[in-house]
Amino acid sequence: MNLYEFCNIIIVWLVDLVNNLWYWLGDFLPWVFGDFFTGVGDLAASDGHIAVMTILLEVLVVLIVAIVNVLNFIWIDRKLSGRIFDFYGPYYVGYRIGGWLQNVADGMKLFVKEIITPRDADRLGFILAPVIFVSSSFLILATIPLSANFGVATNMDGAFVPAGVLFAFAAFAIAPFSILLAGWSSNNKYTLIGGMRSAAQMMSYEIPLLLAVASVFLLSGDFSFVGVVEAQADIWFAIPLFIGFIVFLVCIAAEVEVTPFDLPEAEAELVEGWTTEYCGMRFGFFMMTSYLRGYAGGALATALFLGGWNGPAIIPDEIWFLIKAYIVFVVIEWMRWSLPRVRVDQILNLGWKRLLPLAMVNLLIAAGMKTMGWF
Amino acid sequence: MTRTAEMWINMGPQHPMTHGLWNLRVKVDGETIVDAEPEVGYLHRGIEKICENRTYPQVIPITDRLCYGSSMSWSHLYCRTIEDLMGLEVPERAQYIRVVVLEMQRIASHLMWLAAYAVDLGMMAGFIYGMRDREVFIDLLQNLSGSRLTYNYTRIGGVAHDLPPNWDREALRACDYMEQRLREYEDLYEGSKIFMMRNTGVGLLKRDDAMNLGVTGPPMRASGAKYDLRKDRPYEAYADMDFQVCSRTEGDCFARYRVRMDEMWESCRIIRQAIHKMPKGKWRVVAPRNAPAGTGMARVEDPRGEGMMYAVGDGTDRPYRLKIRSPIFVTVSAAPKFLVGYKVADVVAIMGGLDMCIGENDR
Repeated sequence: MNLYEFCNIIIVWLVDLVNNLWYWLGDFLPWVFGDFFTGVGDLAASDGHIAVMTILLEVLVVLIVAIVNVLNFIWIDRKLSGRIFDFYGPYYVGYRIGGWLQNVADGMKLFVKEIITPRDADRLGFILAPVIFVSSSFLILATIPLSANFGVATNMDGAFVPAGVLFAFAAFAIAPFSILLAGWSSNNKYTLIGGMRSAAQMMSYEIPLLLAVASVFLLSGDFSFVGVVEAQADIWFAIPLFIGFIVFLVCIAAEVEVTPFDLPEAEAELVEGWTTEYCGMRFGFFMMTSYLRGYAGGALATALFLGGWNGPAIIPDEIWFLIKAYIVFVVIEWMRWSLPRVRVDQILNLGWKRLLPLAMVNLLIAAGMKTMGWF
Repeated sequence: MTRTAEMWINMGPQHPMTHGLWNLRVKVDGETIVDAEPEVGYLHRGIEKICENRTYPQVIPITDRLCYGSSMSWSHLYCRTIEDLMGLEVPERAQYIRVVVLEMQRIASHLMWLAAYAVDLGMMAGFIYGMRDREVFIDLLQNLSGSRLTYNYTRIGGVAHDLPPNWDREALRACDYMEQRLREYEDLYEGSKIFMMRNTGVGLLKRDDAMNLGVTGPPMRASGAKYDLRKDRPYEAYADMDFQVCSRTEGDCFARYRVRMDEMWESCRIIRQAIHKMPKGKWRVVAPRNAPAGTGMARVEDPRGEGMMYAVGDGTDRPYRLKIRSPIFVTVSAAPKFLVGYKVADVVAIMGGLDMCIGENDR
């Protein structure tokens, strides 16, 4: 049973229940609207309505799974950074579960803080930027399935969004625009420089990133997550496309803005970069979404290079996928806490002079392997 | 070359880069710095004036507050100045104890610099490690003097009290620990390609510029000038110690980093020698209450450069005038020379590499 069927059963049952109540109510009031009750009830029971509601329920389930994962990620990040830095990390709030509730407590704290909009800020852009940032990041997750059965599907067959990988990267690339918008509309020099850096940085890493992904498409011959993962049933693409995997990891670290590449929010020189003027829950959303993007990055690396949900059947597919995504995230965080930050011209050099040629070499290797008929 | 609109950015007074309370106004063209202008004075407490209203021993805790990073070297400098004014001879044991605590202070100060420098470059691990190992020396000095940061340990005519029992053994162990950690730091910092990319060739300061602008201490030695007051004008027991003057010729941020790391190695050597050679005897002579009319002057090699004090006595128990020469005040005045032509991100590397301490700067 896939997620669509599961949600469909729940929705059909719910619609049935509500319709029973509704018709029962209509029996008492037949003189009021005549056919109104039966008309609405039939509309609710129609196939189109049930399909829409099922997809919405699927999205809700995927969203909740993603948010729980993000809370886990923040907790892992804090614990891991504690281990790297020679201290314990959070342990007091929820001490029986290793301080896991600290994130929830921080979220509550940010939630009750005052939300300030600077007087001279461009109000529309200032309010719109977090919305675009958060929604585009959640949009990535809508396309990433945790297994062949667990993802946002649109019909009974469980077919996911067509060309889902392309869609995920398109959604991934929206965020720098919102960062630029936030930096510009805050009317602050630090945020402006941060936003400009974000745009410059995106130029340098987006092309090698997509070239590395193109090599995966070349080998798998499919744009969808299921096709890419099924093509890796025999061997993970990280092994033949080792160079591409490294390029992808570096670029995804730049994409989710962790420390070697967190130039837009470089705290030493730009205070807090483009988030300087944001406070309260708006900042909390930025904070949470950056970890969400870390989760998305780990999930993409898993699906494209680490064999997705392929693994011995002792543990369920979804858990395999999450384990791999968590490991990728931990590697990125390890890099984050132990490396200094590169300079803005150096990241451009790195992107154009190192990663781009490497990605091209990787594409050539992939094309060669495809020509030899190995995949 | 296309030129875009230039704008002034205030980096300070409250900014993560400043390590204190000062303002660096930089004029940027895109990300490139075309002009820079340091503004200091936010932390002015009028210490020189306060000193005129206090008796000579009462001034010592005030001079401790000059620099939160290396308070021992400033109170020591004050005591040397007043000893020069009064014509006192410090007992030999006190001289050796002073060498030990000064070198410990130097290590602690350099470690704090290393930690702050790491966080300037975005490397959180370096920050935590530096602060953790600084604690070893802070604890030793606390055992000795009773407080963590402002020690109030040196006295006019010696030191406040003798070393506690077993303190010298602990100090030797701390040196062993520190040398082990220094190797780890060198791996962590120099093993990182990004760290080398951020540091080599950044913030070049030529030897002549350094000497003309009055830059002293590690930035000057990193520019090729081999000048260290501990060697060239030995004070206390430094004449008996065998150590090298650490110097580099590159003059960039990496050279400054390297000079400070080498100085920590040399400090460990000096502490060992001083503890082994330390004679027994008195650690303090009683200083007279009033100073004669006249002047006293002393110069020491502070962790940040050359510190100097000049005191005028008028026969009473209070100084008529006390002038403090801060190394950082001179170094920060030279900042535009360092900064122009580099990127905004290099500001933190260059200014962090100078080891700013605003307490002594603004006095």
